[in-house]
Amino acid sequence: MSRRIVIDPITRLEGHGKIDIFLNNEGGVDHAYFQVPELRGFEKFAQGRPVEDMPQITSRICGVCPMAHHMAATKALDKVFSVDPPPAAKKIREMVYDIFTIEDHALHFYFLGGPDFVVGPSAPKAERNILGVLGKVGLEVGKKVIGLRKEMRDLMVLLGGKAIHPVLGLPGGVSRGISKEEQQRFIQSAKNAVEFGQFSLQVFNDIVLKNSQYVEWIVSDAYTHKTYYMGLVDQNKKVNFYEGTLRVVKPDGKEFLNFPTDKYLDHVAEHVEPWSYIKFCYLKDIGWKGFEDGADSGVYAVAPLARLNASEGMATPLAQEAYEQMYSTLGGKPVHHTLANHWARLIELLYAAERMQELANDQEITDPNYRVIPTATPNEGIGVVEAPRGTLFHHYKTDEKGRVTMANLIVATQNNAARIAMSVDKSAKGLIKNGQVDDGILNMIEMAFRAYDPCHGCATHALPGQMPLLVRVLDAERNVVRELKKN
Amino acid sequence: MSKPKVGFNWLASCGGCEEAIIDLNEKILDVVAAVDIVFWPCAMDFKKDDVRAMADGEMDVCFVNGAIRTSEEEEMAHLMRQKSKILIAFGSCSHMGGIPGMGNFFSKDSILKNSYQESPSTINLDGTFPQMETITPLGEVELPEFLEYVRTLNQVVDVDYYLPGCPPPVRLITEALGAILENKLPPKGTVLAPDKALCDECPRKETKPDKMEIAEFKRPYQIIVDSEKCLLGQGLMCLGPVTRAGCEGVCTKANMPCTGCQGPTSRVQDYGAKALSGFASILTSMEEKDVEAVLDSIVDPNGTFYRYSLPSSMMFKSLGA
Ligand code: SF4
Ligand code: SF4
Repeated sequence: MSRRIVIDPITRLEGHGKIDIFLNNEGGVDHAYFQVPELRGFEKFAQGRPVEDMPQITSRICGVCPMAHHMAATKALDKVFSVDPPPAAKKIREMVYDIFTIEDHALHFYFLGGPDFVVGPSAPKAERNILGVLGKVGLEVGKKVIGLRKEMRDLMVLLGGKAIHPVLGLPGGVSRGISKEEQQRFIQSAKNAVEFGQFSLQVFNDIVLKNSQYVEWIVSDAYTHKTYYMGLVDQNKKVNFYEGTLRVVKPDGKEFLNFPTDKYLDHVAEHVEPWSYIKFCYLKDIGWKGFEDGADSGVYAVAPLARLNASEGMATPLAQEAYEQMYSTLGGKPVHHTLANHWARLIELLYAAERMQELANDQEITDPNYRVIPTATPNEGIGVVEAPRGTLFHHYKTDEKGRVTMANLIVATQNNAARIAMSVDKSAKGLIKNGQVDDGILNMIEMAFRAYDPCHGCATHALPGQMPLLVRVLDAERNVVRELKKN
Repeated sequence: MSKPKVGFNWLASCGGCEEAIIDLNEKILDVVAAVDIVFWPCAMDFKKDDVRAMADGEMDVCFVNGAIRTSEEEEMAHLMRQKSKILIAFGSCSHMGGIPGMGNFFSKDSILKNSYQESPSTINLDGTFPQMETITPLGEVELPEFLEYVRTLNQVVDVDYYLPGCPPPVRLITEALGAILENKLPPKGTVLAPDKALCDECPRKETKPDKMEIAEFKRPYQIIVDSEKCLLGQGLMCLGPVTRAGCEGVCTKANMPCTGCQGPTSRVQDYGAKALSGFASILTSMEEKDVEAVLDSIVDPNGTFYRYSLPSSMMFKSLGA
């Protein structure tokens, strides 16, 4: 007798996704499919639009990561118009980007992924959410989280008009500068953010690392995959969210590639499967070999853990300390444990806060020269940033009036899609034994992808997504003999 | 009295509308205290079957964001309608089609082809496309259908109220929640935002010229924008005069023109047509050839005037969709 389980919708993540699990006669898992059931078509309807509108249009791919799309698009515009923004503009852009990363990482840890750890993976589902988190860590801590998030978002509003779908980016600069008085506000908030980063790592230490059951899960085989890792790095091979080259390391941690972002088409390709609207990225240098681990497979990962694995450290002191601590605790680089993404995310939060502090204190950031007016005929440009969920590519070509003729977008979750699909399959295989399935086990399968913080809003830019739970028991002829509901 | 049961759901959405709810910040704690949230996939673990198990009309209010692009979203729209007493279209996508609604400029097939075949990073030699049903050795795996067009929520089910914006401004969300809790909702069909033009609440209003003398529309990257003066007066295509107020001019405050996400006021049927005629009337005093030159400086009139509202426009409705 074979059974089939559908988790639909997957919850506490952005957008839509679905997991389809096939059980075998012994009650083990034959295969679990991770599907993205949606597509929206941004690359097509970008065609004909004025290219300078791309930072605002493409931010609608994702309302959780709008700043990432906004910034990748803005950087692509600099190239399309062959203009180099003045230093103040670059600093403002990078700072607002760090502010966004702080806020977004905090959101994921406390609201989306965190409840699994803080409240516990098998806690009643009515508690596995931010309210449960508040119940566990106390309202004071909760208020601190909400307060920090609000503080960061207010700063994004100040600079970008809106935190969701900002309007700051223009080719050659930004739409507004920072006054000396405003600078003080950024400096003060950066200090708060650094403290919050340290505090959050402490929360992780107290709640997760001191719980041997959680640590066991983190290092367990069900949540482990040995793949390539990709991330943006600066000249010193340190993590950078806003600019740099793309470094790829092999599953053994050795450098495989380090290429300028405008060469992405030489190294990154996408594969189509009939059972999902999301495309699966792989390293072109190796080729698509299916959903496989190891150095012979082109599957790679992006996002916090991958970025840390692909780098040689963090460019700020406190984050560097935390980075070293993580690797020494988990047995050296690279770390292949998917759930360690949560830890890496908090290390990055601290880095973003420290970097925000450096930029906020930089006197040049208040320079009124924050725009260069482009004069060249628009043509083609590629912009790449590290979105919280991983590397994000925007590539545009235009006619001589600057109307888009081609747009190609590879979003973070797409880069990760193959590994996420593998993680879901593997965790299902590792966790479901003798046909025993309950809400806690199913939630632990969801944890496998929730760790990536996959953004299906983004993943579905090309098409539309949802997630509930149904277990269908199928006999050998695939007739439904029994249906179980998640409750 | 028991707490009102409230649901939030997203269809073809970017998640920004969900973030806007989280942006209520500490106020969200008051909301949670005042209502019972019974469905919210973005933040809570209730599943579709929990909703199916509800009695009809069991949810007092349901906020639905995102447009309808797939068969699954269509099904969810019906389910939400069936289970809620009051259904609120939340955000531009649900209200007018939103930015993803610009997909309706193109056929479904051309969108699929672009994504799975023409994209320069896609390698798809055997021409694989996502299928509604895939037979695997294990059984069938299904995907929802990618429908011909993007539709607004009220093109699929009956809608009681609209919260405009991309995403709706926090202030409007708070006011709407207040009105619901105090049972002070306006007549059915109302858009829950001020019924006046954005210019009325714009700090630059004083400098807005009575009669525009626009020789050419400028694109925002072509000029250094004066941060005090009316953007339209500076030659930028600011849609404030034809857009509903309520956002407090957040984009204009950041020195960028309004792009119209709040949609039109109640006196307007078709946002894009109104915008076009509005701007044409500014130009009426000019010679024909000058008018042509000005119109020529709008490089993408369709995408400019129908940026958030194509699926709800006359143009699209006349396609019979
Ligand atoms: S209205 Fe705007 S914020 Fe809301 S789902 Fe649509 S694009 Fe996103
Ligand atoms: S046209 Fe734009 S800038 Fe001018 S007053 Fe209206 S909203 Fe403000």
